Amino acid sequence: MRYVDEFRRPELIRKTSEEIRHLADPARHYRFMEVCGGHTHAIYRFGLHQLLPSNIELVHGPGCPVCVLPMGRIDDGLAIAENPGVIFTAFGDMMRVPGTRGSPLEHQSRGMDVRIVYSPADALKMAVANPDRHVMFFAIGFETTAPSTALTLIRARQQGVRNFSVFCNHVTIIPAIRAILDSPGMRIDAFIGPGHVSTVIGCRPYEWIAKNEHKPIAVSGFEPLDLLQGILMLLRQLSDGRAGVENQYARVVPWEGNRAALKAMSDVFELRPYFEWRGLGFISQSALRIREEFSEWDAERRFAVPGIRVTDPKAAQCGEVLKGVLQPAQCKLFGKECTPEHPVGALMVSAEGSCAAYFNYEHRKVAAGVP
Amino acid sequence: MCLAIPGKIVELIEGDNPLATVEVLGVRRKVDLGLLEPADPGRAGDWVLIHVGFAMSKISEDRAREQLELLEALGEAEAAALEVRGYSNLET
Ligand code: SF4
Repeated sequence: MRYVDEFRRPELIRKTSEEIRHLADPARHYRFMEVCGGHTHAIYRFGLHQLLPSNIELVHGPGCPVCVLPMGRIDDGLAIAENPGVIFTAFGDMMRVPGTRGSPLEHQSRGMDVRIVYSPADALKMAVANPDRHVMFFAIGFETTAPSTALTLIRARQQGVRNFSVFCNHVTIIPAIRAILDSPGMRIDAFIGPGHVSTVIGCRPYEWIAKNEHKPIAVSGFEPLDLLQGILMLLRQLSDGRAGVENQYARVVPWEGNRAALKAMSDVFELRPYFEWRGLGFISQSALRIREEFSEWDAERRFAVPGIRVTDPKAAQCGEVLKGVLQPAQCKLFGKECTPEHPVGALMVSAEGSCAAYFNYEHRKVAAGVP
Repeated sequence: MCLAIPGKIVELIEGDNPLATVEVLGVRRKVDLGLLEPADPGRAGDWVLIHVGFAMSKISEDRAREQLELLEALGEAEAAALEVRGYSNLET
């Protein structure tokens, strides 16, 4: 194990890794899903599989916000920005995600006013600074970013800023996990619960997975030791025949979550009856929309939204990879038509997308002949 | 956009909303504290974890240091610095 000494607390890492090897039943094949895209990135970056026995497979989940957004929503957002005077704002992650007629960045090169913001609050400030324009913020993300969008809308209303709107694409993590568990032929033994999403929602919402589906879950941090400890917690539960929710990341994640953030979200958003996810299809009550009280700031109400639905290119297997049915390199386009330089699917764009993570840390290494 | 960036509250800004000047990765930015638990609001000297320009939770100084090291180890330190510099300036 060449890398361990570069990590923090290498002794403990070795010990935990040994314990995992000891506890893992050689007659079994374990499939653990890490729900969060940040974990996917960390797992590849740290080469964590080197510290795990080969019968523990880490399956990448749907927790990469830009990856699960169907292409039609990108087209819809860009259609809104075609209206005169509109400035399209979004996080940097969104800028290279392909729509039917190109990414936001490509639209920018064709003359659309597209600007990166790092915070929804900055999009609101841009609206204040440009009173003769309309600033539309393309909001994406799970419960980690949704409270910030919510508070920005609360501030917009307080300040009476009328030339600002949000195109809301916020999604919630629990229904996605449920959809994965419901999909036919899917076998996941346990879940590594997301770190940052859980600082907002807490650990309670996962209890049904343990109770009804009998799957252990361990909310984990992002360091190598955190992830290994999370995996060890899952193994211990499985070998004891238990299924519960455990919090490896208690130093950051409170069991009850962040009540102020949850309140801001519920003040501003309500559940959509259903929403389309790339690869997972329509999932009921899985996404947020802006409440009536804030309709003035809802881009979907202010502008005519075409409601575009596009099917992904046939050969692209983003859906299978998102569900954990295929590993990234098993997609027919991986590393050929689809690379970080020329992404076909969003999983190849974001640092949290499993295809990009795999390409950057594994594929390049193999290509360069590094063992 | 899931980077959690640690910052230290330098001073609270007077006004209707809980805003503060926060020092993040060597630069000072105005950060909204409105998503912290009202029972335990931020004070000068506190460390907070910041997501997309909003303080999401209070953390200890040790946790903050750990988080900085983690960003470094993940190769995300540069992206974090870019993000923080990208937050609009105090004056605007
Ligand atoms: S390689 Fe490209 S097309 Fe294939 S699953 Fe990944 S992002 Fe989608």
